[in-house]
Amino acid sequence: MGNGTSIGRVRGLGSSKHGAGHWLQQRYTAIGNLVLIPWLMISLALLPVYDFPTLHGWASQPVTATLLALICINTFYHARLGVQVFLEDYVHEEGNAFASIALLNIVPLAAAVFGLICVLRIALTTTTGGAA
Amino acid sequence: MNGSTSQSRGRPLSPHLGIWRWGPAMAVSILHRAAGQGMAFVGIPVFLWFLYALSAGEGAWVTFFRFFDAWYGRVVLIGLSWAFFEHLTSGLRHFVLDVGAGYELDTNTAWSWAVPAIAIVLTALFWAAIYLR
Repeated sequence: MGNGTSIGRVRGLGSSKHGAGHWLQQRYTAIGNLVLIPWLMISLALLPVYDFPTLHGWASQPVTATLLALICINTFYHARLGVQVFLEDYVHEEGNAFASIALLNIVPLAAAVFGLICVLRIALTTTTGGAA
Repeated sequence: MNGSTSQSRGRPLSPHLGIWRWGPAMAVSILHRAAGQGMAFVGIPVFLWFLYALSAGEGAWVTFFRFFDAWYGRVVLIGLSWAFFEHLTSGLRHFVLDVGAGYELDTNTAWSWAVPAIAIVLTALFWAAIYLR
C-alpha cells in the first residue's frame, strides 16, 4: 500500500470492484436477447397475414406488449453498450469522442422511451377484428 | 485515427484493421462488431418505425408495410436477419471463449469458419420458412 505520493496511493487502492460491470451487463442482456429476438422473429413469421388488424391484435395482447417493451429496454441497452465499445475503439479525436459519448447517453434512452410509449399506446388502444 | 492529437500520440490504440493479418478469428470478430453496429443503427430505427406504425393506426401501418414489402425493404429485413443470426452464433462462440474454452488453434479456426456458415444457413432457413409455408 503506497502512502507517499498520490500515484502510490492510487496504485495501492487496487480494483474499484466494478471494472467488469460493462462487460458483465453486455453478457446478461445478451442472454435476454437470446430469448426476445427469436421470439419476435418466430411470432412475426407465424402470423397468417400482415394487415393492420392482425398485427395490432397480436401486439396489443398483454404478453406480446410486455415482450415488445422488454426489447425496448433490454435489447436497446445491449445495443447502447455495444455502440459504446465501437465509439471508444474507433473515435480517437478528443472532441468527437466526447460528443459521441454524450450523444450515447441521450439517444438510446430517448429511443427506449419512444418505443415504450408506442407499445403502451398499442396495448391500450382497442380495435375490432383481426386474424390473430 | 492516426494519433495526431497530443493526448493520443504515442499511446496504445485499439487494434485497427490495418495492423492485423487477416485470418478467420479476426474476421469473425469484425463481423460480430459490424453486425452489431448494423442492428443498432438500422435495426433499432426499423423496430421503432414498426412500433410507431402500429400505434399510429392503419394508414401509418400501410406506409410501413409497403416500404418493407418492396424489394429494397426486403433487402433491409433479410440483411437485418442475417446480422442477427451472425451476431447470435458469434455471440454464442464468445460465451464459450469467456469460460476459457476453444482457444486451441485448430478448434478456434474451425469455429471461426463455422460461425458465419451457420449464420447464413439459419438466415436461409428463416426466410424459406416464411416464403415456402
